[in-house]
Amino acid sequence: MKLTVWTYEGPPHVGAMRVATGMKGLHYVLHAPQGDTYADLLFTMIERRDHRPPVTYTTFEGRDLGADTAGIFKTACMDAYERFRPQALIVGASCTAELIQDDPGGLAEAMDIPVPVIALELPSYQRKEGFGTDETFYQIVKALARPMARTPEISCNILGPVALGFRHRDDIEEVRSLLWEMGIGVNVVAPLGATPEQITTLGQAHFNVMLYPEHSETACRHLEKVCGQPYTKTVPLGVGATHDFVAEVAALAGVEPRKDLSRLRQPWWSKSVDSTYLTGKRVFLFGDATHVKAAARIARDEMGFEVVGLGCYNREFARDIRALARDYGLTALITDDYLEVEKAIEEAAPEMILGTQMERHIGKRLGIPCAVISAPVHVQDFPARYSPQMGWEGANVIFDTWIHPLVMGLEEHLLHMFREDFEFHDEAGPSHHGGHAPKPVAEPGAPVAETARPAQDAQDDAASGSTGSDVMVWLEDAEKELKKIPFFVRGKARRNTEKFAAEQGVTEISIDTLYEAKAHYAR
Amino acid sequence: MNRPAAIPAQTCRDAPILKQRGQREVFCGLTGIIWLHRKMQDAFFLVVGSRTCAHLLQSAAGVMIFAEPRFGTAILEEGDLAGMADAHDELDREVARLLARRPDIRQLFLVGSCPSEVIKLDLARAAERLTVEHAPHVRVLNYSGSGIETTFTQGEDACLASMVPVLPATQARELLLVGALPDVVEDQAVKLLSEMGIGPIRVLPAPRSAEMPGMGENVVYALLQPFLGDTAAALDRRGARMISAPFPFGEEGTTAWLRAIADEFGVDDETFDRVTAAPRARARKAVAAAAETLAGKSIFFFPDSQLEIPFARFLIRECGMEAIEIGAPYIHKGLVGPDMDLIPAGPTISEGQDVDLQLDRCRAARPDLTVCGLGLANPLEAEGLTTKWAIELVFTPVHFYEQAGDLAALFARPLRRRALLKLEAAE
Repeated sequence: MKLTVWTYEGPPHVGAMRVATGMKGLHYVLHAPQGDTYADLLFTMIERRDHRPPVTYTTFEGRDLGADTAGIFKTACMDAYERFRPQALIVGASCTAELIQDDPGGLAEAMDIPVPVIALELPSYQRKEGFGTDETFYQIVKALARPMARTPEISCNILGPVALGFRHRDDIEEVRSLLWEMGIGVNVVAPLGATPEQITTLGQAHFNVMLYPEHSETACRHLEKVCGQPYTKTVPLGVGATHDFVAEVAALAGVEPRKDLSRLRQPWWSKSVDSTYLTGKRVFLFGDATHVKAAARIARDEMGFEVVGLGCYNREFARDIRALARDYGLTALITDDYLEVEKAIEEAAPEMILGTQMERHIGKRLGIPCAVISAPVHVQDFPARYSPQMGWEGANVIFDTWIHPLVMGLEEHLLHMFREDFEFHDEAGPSHHGGHAPKPVAEPGAPVAETARPAQDAQDDAASGSTGSDVMVWLEDAEKELKKIPFFVRGKARRNTEKFAAEQGVTEISIDTLYEAKAHYAR
Repeated sequence: MNRPAAIPAQTCRDAPILKQRGQREVFCGLTGIIWLHRKMQDAFFLVVGSRTCAHLLQSAAGVMIFAEPRFGTAILEEGDLAGMADAHDELDREVARLLARRPDIRQLFLVGSCPSEVIKLDLARAAERLTVEHAPHVRVLNYSGSGIETTFTQGEDACLASMVPVLPATQARELLLVGALPDVVEDQAVKLLSEMGIGPIRVLPAPRSAEMPGMGENVVYALLQPFLGDTAAALDRRGARMISAPFPFGEEGTTAWLRAIADEFGVDDETFDRVTAAPRARARKAVAAAAETLAGKSIFFFPDSQLEIPFARFLIRECGMEAIEIGAPYIHKGLVGPDMDLIPAGPTISEGQDVDLQLDRCRAARPDLTVCGLGLANPLEAEGLTTKWAIELVFTPVHFYEQAGDLAALFARPLRRRALLKLEAAE
C-alpha cells in the first residue's frame, strides 16, 4: 500500500480510453463497476470534446457480484456493438473487474461479433496510464496491421498522438508541414483521428514517425519487425531537435532535407539583447520523459539557462532520463510522488520550474515562476488557439511560454526592490494581474506620474532616516552623484551605500564610498 | 372482479416508476469526501483502493487537492492482493505514518472502495483495531464509498450513518439537523428555528469531533438532504424520531420544512409568521426574477444525486417549469414522499439508469433544459440541447430562503446564455 494524494498518471484503462477516444469507428467495452464513468469527464471537460467517449461500461453493482457479472459483460458488449456498429471493438477490465476474473477477451471472442475484437491485458495494480496507451495502441496495430506494398510516392505514418495529449492536436499539424516541405506524404496519423480500417493500411507507408515514444514505441517496434518500416528516434521539440528530425527523416526517406525557416523566430528572439538577462537562469525540469528530454536541450542550448534539476514520472523511461541527467552533471529524479518533487525543487532553489500542472502549484506555493511543458495538464492547456510544441512554430510557442512567467518574475522582483515606489508597490501588484488595480493616488484625470515623482524624490531623501542611519552624513558631492542615478534605483543605491558604510564603520559618505559600495554589491 | 380499476395517479407518489438497469453514468460515493472533509475539520478520509480511486478523487477535486487536503488514497499494490494478513499490516503502517504526520487529526475514516470490497478487506475490523491502538487521541471509523454499493451523494449517507452508533447517549429533547451544509446556510436555518424558540439545535456532522451531538429517545431530527436514508435508519435505531417534510428548497419547500419542525415543537402560527414573513417575501421576489426565464420551459433530469425530485418540485411549482422526466439514482419514498406529493402526475419518474436508452428518450423529447453530469453535458450541448451540469447543485449553497433565488438562477443561467450568444453571422 502506498498513501497517495496526487497521481501523475491514471490507471492503465484510462490510457486505453485515450486511445479509443482518439480514434474513430472503434468502441471500448470496459468491464468496470458503477462510478468508473468519471473518466468520461476528462475528455468532455478538460479536452472539451463534443461527443461522449466511445466507451461502454458494464457498471456492475454489489448485488451482481454473487451472480452473473460475465453475463452483464456479454450483454453490454452485444448492446454496444448493435448500437454503435464500430469497425472494431477493444475489450478489457478496470482494476475491480481484474479482481473478479471474468476474462473479457475470452467472453467477447465466444460471442461471434462480426468485427475484430481486441482483448487488452492491462495490469492495474502494477502499471499506469502511459503503459495503457502504449499497450492498447500496440494491440490494435498488432491485430489489424499487415505488410503491404509501399505507396508509389514516399509516405510515412505519424504514430503516437492520442486523446488528452498535451498539444497533440497542433503538433500533428506542425509535423505534417515539416514533412510536406520535404515532399513526404502522410499515410495515416494514429491513433488520433484514425479508424480501425486505416490501421490496416499502416503497412503501405515507407517509414514511421514516432511522435510520442510513451504512446507508440511498442507499436513502432512491432511495425519495424512485421512491416519492415524504420521509425524516427528524434522528437522534433525545439529548434535543434527539429533540425535533427528533418535530417533523420530525409535520410530515412532518401530526400533532400528541405526546410522553410521563414516563420522560425525563436533563434533571433533568443539572440536579441533583450534575452541576455536569461543567461544562466536556474531551471528545474519535471514531466514526462519525452518533454523533459527536449526541454533540457532547449533550456541549455537554445535559451542559455542552467538546468539545476530534472526528472520524470514515467518509470518506463527512467534509464533514458538518468543518462540525460548525467550529461548535465545531475542526478535524475524518477518519482511519481509530488511531495518528493516539491522537496527536490526546494533543495535546488531554481529561478524557474518547467513542469506539469502539479509543478505549477508547487511553484505557486514556493513563489517560483513556472511554465507547463508536459501532461498532466488542466483545461487551460487545451487552448483554442494554435499552439504546438513541435517544429518551428512550436519553438516560437515555447519561447513565449517560458519567457512570460519570467518577465512576470522580474516584475515581482522589481516590486520587491522598489517597495515604496509610487507605482511599484505591494498593493499595486503586477499591472497585468487582474484584481490588483492600483488604488487612485490622485484625483482621476490628474497627471499621476508627474505629480507623484517629486513626492517620491522627497520620500527618497527622507528615507535615510528610516534606515536607521541618522549618524550618516552624505557629503555634498556624493549627494549630487546620487541624484544622477535614475530615480527608480536611487532608493536602493542609497540604502546599499549606507549599509556598506555602516559595515565599514564609515559615517561620512563620499563619492568614493558610493562607488565602493556599488562595486561591493555588484554581482 | 374486485380488482381496483386503474385509477390515474394524482401525484408523483402514486405514479409508476420506470426502473431500468444498464450502464450508469454516475459518480461513486467516494466523491462525497470532497465536501465532507471541508465540513469536518479534524477528520481525515483515507480511501483504501486502487489508482483509479485516487485518480477519481483528483479529477473531481480539481485544484482543491493542493490546499493541504485531508484525504488520500492508500493504493493497493500487487503484493497487497496476494495475502490478506499483509494488507492489514500495510494499512496499520500507513495509518500510523499518516497520524504521525498529521497530529491534528481526531477522526479517521477508512473508506472502502470497489477493490477493497471485492477482495473483502475487512475495514470494520481494521477500524476497531486502529481505534484501540490510537485511543483516545483518534477515533477510527469506516464506511463504504464504493461504486458497487454507493452512488455519489450516498457516500455522505454512508459516512454519517457510520458515525451514528458511536454518538454519545443523551436523554435531552433536542433537535438534530442532519446533512453537511455550507456553514452560512446552516447558520441561517439555526437562526430561523431559534427565533421561533426551538432548541437546543445540534447538527450532524459537527465541524469537530468534540462537538458531536448526543443521541437518544427524546431527540427528533430533520433531514437537510434527501439522500440520507441509511443515516435516518441508523438514527431511528438509536431511538430518535424523524420529522417528515418536503426538503427546504425554494420558498415553499423551506416554509413547509420549517412548519413541520415548528409543529413538532408547538410553535404558534403568529410566531411562525413573524419569523418567516420577511425572508419568505425576499425568497419569492428573488425566485420571480429567475422564473421569468424558466416559466413554461421543459426540463429533463438525468440521475445523479437524489436531489432531483425536490428540485423538480421547486422548479415546477415555484418557477413554472414543466418536467418531462425526473431521473434519480435511488428513490426513497419514505424521505422524498412529501416532495412527490406536491408534484402533479405527468412526468416520467425513473430510478436507476440505462444511459443509452435514457439519452434516446431525452433526444426524442428535446427538453429546453437537461440536468446531467459532466460526462454528458458537452456532448448534449453539441447536439443543440441546453444543459445544466448537476454537480454544481451539490457544491453550491442552495437550501433555505436566502438561496432560493440562487437555486433558480442556476437553472436559468444556461438558458440566458443560450439566448445571449450570437456566434453566427448576422445574416
